[in-house]
Amino acid sequence: MTLLHLEHLTKRFGGLMAVNNVSFDVPAGSIVGLIGPNGAGKTTVFNLITGNYRADNGQIVFDGRPIGSLPTHRIVALGVARTFQTIRLFQKLTALENVLAGCHCRMKSGSIAAMFQPPWQRAEEARALDKALAELRFVKLENQAMNLAENLSYGNQRLLEVARALATEPRLIILDEPAGGMNDQETARLIDTIRQIQARGVTVLLIEHDMSLVMKACEKIVVLENGAKIAEGGPREIQANPRVIEAYLGTEEE
Amino acid sequence: MEFFFQQLTNGLAVGGIYALIALGYTMVYGVLKLINFAHGDLFMIGAYLGLTLLTALGLADRLGPFGVIAALAAMVLVLVAILGVLLERVAYRPLRQAHRLSAVVSALGASIFFQNIVMIVYGAKFLVYPHDLLPRTVVHLFGMPVPLIRILILVASVVMMVALYTFIQRTKIGTAIRAAAIDQGAARLMGINVDRVIALVFVIGPALGGAAGLMVGVYYGQINFTMGWIYGLKAFTAAILGGIGNIPGAMVGGLLLGLIEAFAAAYLSIAWKDAFAFCVLILILIVRPTGLLGERVAEKV
Amino acid sequence: MKNKRWIVYLVFTALLMASPAMLNRYWTDVLNVVGLYVMLALSLNIILGHCGMFHMGHAAFYAVGAYTTAILNTTCNLPVLWLMPVSGLLAGLFALVIARPIIHLRGDYLLIVTIGFVEIVRIALINNVFGITGGANGIFGIDRPTVFGMKIRTPAQFFYLIWFFVAVTIFLFHKLEHSRFGRALNYIREDDVAAAGSGIDTAHYKLIAFVIGAVWAGFCGTLFAAKMTIIAPESFNFWESVLLFMIVLLGGRGSIPGVILGTFLVIGLPELFRQFATARMLVFGAVMIGMMIFRPEGILPPQPRAYRLDGSAEPEEAA
Repeated sequence: MTLLHLEHLTKRFGGLMAVNNVSFDVPAGSIVGLIGPNGAGKTTVFNLITGNYRADNGQIVFDGRPIGSLPTHRIVALGVARTFQTIRLFQKLTALENVLAGCHCRMKSGSIAAMFQPPWQRAEEARALDKALAELRFVKLENQAMNLAENLSYGNQRLLEVARALATEPRLIILDEPAGGMNDQETARLIDTIRQIQARGVTVLLIEHDMSLVMKACEKIVVLENGAKIAEGGPREIQANPRVIEAYLGTEEE
Repeated sequence: MEFFFQQLTNGLAVGGIYALIALGYTMVYGVLKLINFAHGDLFMIGAYLGLTLLTALGLADRLGPFGVIAALAAMVLVLVAILGVLLERVAYRPLRQAHRLSAVVSALGASIFFQNIVMIVYGAKFLVYPHDLLPRTVVHLFGMPVPLIRILILVASVVMMVALYTFIQRTKIGTAIRAAAIDQGAARLMGINVDRVIALVFVIGPALGGAAGLMVGVYYGQINFTMGWIYGLKAFTAAILGGIGNIPGAMVGGLLLGLIEAFAAAYLSIAWKDAFAFCVLILILIVRPTGLLGERVAEKV
Repeated sequence: MKNKRWIVYLVFTALLMASPAMLNRYWTDVLNVVGLYVMLALSLNIILGHCGMFHMGHAAFYAVGAYTTAILNTTCNLPVLWLMPVSGLLAGLFALVIARPIIHLRGDYLLIVTIGFVEIVRIALINNVFGITGGANGIFGIDRPTVFGMKIRTPAQFFYLIWFFVAVTIFLFHKLEHSRFGRALNYIREDDVAAAGSGIDTAHYKLIAFVIGAVWAGFCGTLFAAKMTIIAPESFNFWESVLLFMIVLLGGRGSIPGVILGTFLVIGLPELFRQFATARMLVFGAVMIGMMIFRPEGILPPQPRAYRLDGSAEPEEAA
């Protein structure tokens, strides 16, 4: 079953074809990798899926529903969460409150309820706090809960972004270079975490430059070059694909 | 027809003044991405300095009308430019690495500071330029009478603008300014001394603003310590209208705003004169924040 | 540490409550003015402090509230305090209409546009818009408020009326801060792209923040009109907005104690040095520059919200 379906996706920036007629599917429950050289348009594809950019052409269908024209927060509410390539945490807030941001879209209380705090509002807050703490435990950051995000190590900041995304209760999580800036040990832990995310029933779509991570973790890989898709398939197929080797792996392993 | 022509020439003269001030906003914005809220007050200080120098030095008797203006302009330009550089050193340079809005607040603080120091030194009352500074000549253009001073102001502002534009486009230093406006980091890597470029921008912008202040003093005959705000806001509107960061845009925006204001005040309502400019500002920011000549830039996510 | 804070707050409150008995009419009135500004600055704090929107047109909402009260009281003879909700509502509606198209503007552009709005409002009031604002002279003859049949006239009576509303405001806004809503505003302030990416409807929250701030400014307008019994456009000029802006920045964006302290410094302190009254704004200008360079977060920045981490999960009351 297909969870996310991209069809003929195209995005231009002025004269630059950032994404050119890209189509691929993300099967439900899978871990899919999106790879390609720098400037291939990977992050632009992510930004199109999450509604940060609008496509000039093409369709994005999530769970049978076109989402290409929805605002970001609606897309998140439907079950698509993301992390950012350049870490975008709320730096001056605590780790816990960063994760609580993710809980936001599954809560209801507004400004009036906040001022008068009826019992249902307090109960909702309590549930959100429990969930946020659970997500922090999931990425093993529970003892950092009251630290400001800016005081966390780089690797932990990436994990905190994952926890924030998971707190939105997504069905698809989009990770933009989750291992960026991590050492080997942290990367190994990350692969575990990604598998655990999958075990929770969440589909994963990720961009990554660390080929060992991609080949280990992903069941399906899509390769972009200059905005266009040049290959798609399992790790073995991709590693054997001459077009990919020429465009990407060839230069990578020099 | 004559009424229309009067509004046209008045609008162009005032527009020329707006354009000169707008250049200061647009150049600083181009290089630092900062709205220099204190710029309008530098303009106001230019007007006060002009008056002080005029009365203190008693130039009027010695040099004749046009000599006086030229000598005053030279002195005011230099003094206001020095003030501009000081402003940058004290209020903006320490905040170069800080959050963008910190610099905006600092600019506001500088504006309040300048306004109040002028109020304390000169008092809150309107001060009056000598009205016989320039002969009240009226010339005839296309058979219509036009006060000479309007033509002089328009010509002077256009000359300054063209000179600036040529400087920016044709000289090596101008190229450095343009490069720093596009990408400070890259400009630095190319061996451009960005600090010096910024300092230079704070020489040119305030100098032009000071010149505009002098013009307002001579044209309207009276000046007040609060006029920096109102002219500043209008000139900023002009800069936005033309596309902020864009030098020809500031010129077009200034002249256009001067005309809009003159005609709206004449044909709609004089009491709402100031409100028209603000309406233009709000409309342009809602409808086309990049202005008439600005390019659309995608926000990086 | 926390207990010490509470002791400070309690002593401060007790001193304040007893102050009309110790002060003469003049100084009581100064405290009344401070109280009004505390309430106004707290309402701006929602927009500027919590949501991070550079809004410098707050005096426009204050004006809408004050004029609504003044017009309805002088023409329809409605009792002043009953007009408070009406004034708040109208100010909120006004905010809704003008904020909607400008809410997406970037920080410095928003600042400029809101300055434009407050100036347009002032010009409209001077020009006697709709023939009901009384032009440059304003409106006079506004009734004194009546509470439980008692007419409020002396500064001491006004003191308790105004500070009662300040207390209610602090209570409600404190709750507001420690909630999903308050957090959402902070997320937007910190990074609105990440906030949207976490599922927050940023445009909606910005708008609501504007409306809440405006409603409260409208309430303040009622109190102001009732206290002065005469209002004129010059009370709502651009410099009022600048003062409020300064209070929030100086005291500490997003911090209730900070804003209160900021108000005492910006509004109260100059009363102690009246001989330097003209230099007041000069000093503030220099302080604004210095603050941005040396302490951009304000004198009393907000503390991180406290949560019970043992699972019983009820937000602790930490101001």
